[in-house]
Amino acid sequence: MQLYYLPVHELHTMLAKRQISAEELCRAFFERIDSVEEKLKAYVTLTRENALEQAREIDRRIAGGEQISPLGGIPVAVKDNLCTEGVRTTCSSKILYNFVPPYSATVIKKLNAAGAVILGKTNMDEFAMGSSTENSGFFPTNNPWDPERVPGGSSGGSAVAVAAGEAAAALGSDTGGSIRQPAALCGVVGLKPTYGAVSRFGLVAFASSLDQIGPLTRDVTDCALVMNVIAGHDPLDSTSAPGQAPDYTGYLKNDVRGLKIGVPKEYMGEGISPAVKQVIERALATLATLGAEIEETSLPHSEYALPAYYLIAPAEASSNLARYDGVRYGYRAEGAADVVEMFMRTRSLGFGPEVKRRIMLGTYALSAGYYDAYYLKALKVRTLIKQDFDRAFARYDVLLSPTTPSPAFKKGEKMADPLQMYMSDICTLAVNLAGLPGISVPAGFVDGLPVGMQLIGKPFDEGTLLRVAYTFEQNTDYHKARPGI
Amino acid sequence: MLTIQEVEHVALLARLELSAEEKKMYAQQLGDILAYAQKLNQLNTQDVPPTAHVLPLKNVFRDDEAGEHLPPEKVLANAPDKEGQFFKVPRIV
Repeated sequence: MQLYYLPVHELHTMLAKRQISAEELCRAFFERIDSVEEKLKAYVTLTRENALEQAREIDRRIAGGEQISPLGGIPVAVKDNLCTEGVRTTCSSKILYNFVPPYSATVIKKLNAAGAVILGKTNMDEFAMGSSTENSGFFPTNNPWDPERVPGGSSGGSAVAVAAGEAAAALGSDTGGSIRQPAALCGVVGLKPTYGAVSRFGLVAFASSLDQIGPLTRDVTDCALVMNVIAGHDPLDSTSAPGQAPDYTGYLKNDVRGLKIGVPKEYMGEGISPAVKQVIERALATLATLGAEIEETSLPHSEYALPAYYLIAPAEASSNLARYDGVRYGYRAEGAADVVEMFMRTRSLGFGPEVKRRIMLGTYALSAGYYDAYYLKALKVRTLIKQDFDRAFARYDVLLSPTTPSPAFKKGEKMADPLQMYMSDICTLAVNLAGLPGISVPAGFVDGLPVGMQLIGKPFDEGTLLRVAYTFEQNTDYHKARPGI
Repeated sequence: MLTIQEVEHVALLARLELSAEEKKMYAQQLGDILAYAQKLNQLNTQDVPPTAHVLPLKNVFRDDEAGEHLPPEKVLANAPDKEGQFFKVPRIV
């Protein structure tokens, strides 16, 4: 297989054995980027010179006899809502088109410390609001399995970079499915960690009680390796969970005997394409053969997750995005007579239609007279949704569902109808509302398009998710398929 | 559907200037989404406490010690307009 299609753990072995240098590896990835990027458009910014310099530094350390860490010299991509000191960070928004952060996000510092080579910043739906990367303020990203189709979103650029060999691994962020849904649609592994497991410091905020950073990788082993680098307490994030992160590779066991898997019937019902359902049923049969105990269960408030989410997330967003006013950074509209006119014009010209829609929706839900009826009501329903999961996890080790209701859809198909677009996250949203970990792993294909299986775990039990995902992967071949691009 | 006046009121609160066409579009779309959100009223939540946050963290304090901070020139580096050590904006009053 081509170098650019190998998983991180195999590339690490080659680097450690000096079969290849980090610089050669870095150049191989940029060659791949140069050959496919015009068709796919995964990146907003490439950091060629910085990357080569980082790679040469790793080579010097290897030459000096140093043992490199599992991500040392590995070419990675990061979503463009993660602050990178000295490198433009746009959130794919015109309002931040020229923003160069004066500091790096904690996860970026950790990647740097681990010796990872950052190739560039990936495209996304503007401010992570969207499920197709069509809401990017710059250009859409195309799915490598069929460039007429969307890659999912909002971390579409990161998913495409990993799926198409434009990066060995990537970071994304997930507020309602933004890691898992594009991972599913592009045929890669995507993990949204438990809320608080990974520091959000330096992640441009969308909905602060829901946002989490996580890895997109070629396989489950790579997912564990990236988690080992990015997870852990951070005093700079007051919502970061205390305590030490585990060694996630310790959970990579090919054994699900006796594990209890619940399948919420609401996630296999109306709205899920029959072909996707078939893929998931086959996956369940595989896991049953391997000794897992599988049972249908129920999360009775599932149908309320979408309306609750689309009040809570926009409400938090409307508050978080108040900071974009043209004063301290980013775009400022010219020619305003006074400061209020400047705010209004800057925001109107700087934000795209979906961001404005959510700011309007959130502002409405928080405004005088509507707060109790909409926002507070949604927070109470959030409690009911969380209690559904608590009850399910009293009986099951993990829950299993499709990641998305259908495989990748055609570009433009859902752009005219926001509610239709929001439905693509119907299987993932509740996980963020409850703060749980969720992983999507490749589980099969429908008409040549990848389908993802979602595993949902107890808080801070990424371990069991990784174990089930790893076992499934070791007994199937879906993660080895590569798009013909 | 929201009225155009309601859309204008919310836009002003959100500091957004909308074209006539945008106002019409958002009146329709926000109306649809809010109508969908009415679904939540099927649930009796009278005795249910709200969940604003999932982690049981409260009052996360750090030691009251001066740490490192960014120098003013770095803080101002992205400013669309500045003067000396200040962000510069159009007339306020």
